[in-house]
Amino acid sequence: MKVGVVQFPGTCDEIDAVLAAERAVGVGNAELLWHRDRDLKGVDAVVVPGGFSYGDYLRAGSIAALSPAMGAVAEFARAGGPVLGICNGFQVLCEAGLLPGTMLMNLSRRFTFRDVTLRVEAADTAWTAATSAGQELVIPAKHQTGRWYAPDDLLDEVRGNDQVVFTYAADDRPNGSSANVAGVCNAQRNVVGLMPHPEHATDPLTGSVDGLLLFRSPAEAARV
Amino acid sequence: MPHARILIRPKAGILDPQGTAVEQALPQLGFQPAENVRIGRLVELDVADAGELDAICQKLLANPLIEDYEIQVDA
Repeated sequence: MKVGVVQFPGTCDEIDAVLAAERAVGVGNAELLWHRDRDLKGVDAVVVPGGFSYGDYLRAGSIAALSPAMGAVAEFARAGGPVLGICNGFQVLCEAGLLPGTMLMNLSRRFTFRDVTLRVEAADTAWTAATSAGQELVIPAKHQTGRWYAPDDLLDEVRGNDQVVFTYAADDRPNGSSANVAGVCNAQRNVVGLMPHPEHATDPLTGSVDGLLLFRSPAEAARV
Repeated sequence: MPHARILIRPKAGILDPQGTAVEQALPQLGFQPAENVRIGRLVELDVADAGELDAICQKLLANPLIEDYEIQVDA
């Protein structure tokens, strides 16, 4: 299993994403993919990491969604390839139309930066196969534009198709998102996006290692 | 080339925290209260084909899930 991590100008979490993937699938099995290249180098899974791609100009993720690499990622996703968007990467996947909904500024207007508890709502996606439904994961969140939003009719559709993959634990409401959603998937369940950062939760030295479960999931899902 | 202005606004019903912040700031400056403050964007551009503006808004300048837009083209 080879994992590719897309790097845009302004991306800042790509190295942690590569390290997290290597911890999950083996050293040497993760590499960076440059935003101007359409070549995904034959990887088996793609991570769109966090940061401030293209300076978040216009709207977070909107310019990155139009990059050559994202064109290739969209084709890869349509063919069933596992794609994970983290934070800004989640915004990019929403802007690219690969995931439902979009992100608005946190209701608090503040930059949220702390561990949050996530509840796994769907363990049958490409990126949650190594978790179980109802499991709680402790993962850091750091964002100001993280209020996932879907109009009522779209929210009904997303819930009806079981596309809510993560919610924030009941007593935690870091950004005011619709239905307290932290992450969603596409109808095919191979593309997942979430605001908190699993790549920062992979070493006991810094607290939780729950993030590794996401990076182990594509290999696990492929075995099923 | 024709000059165009695109006014982009948060859709009705979308909570706009920036608008709320401005609303709260006004009394602190001694102004009379203001309500329903909404903050959007103004994009000005000269375009070869004004007929493309709607598609430009749909595909790039606005996010139709959360924003309404209004196109003004100078005669």
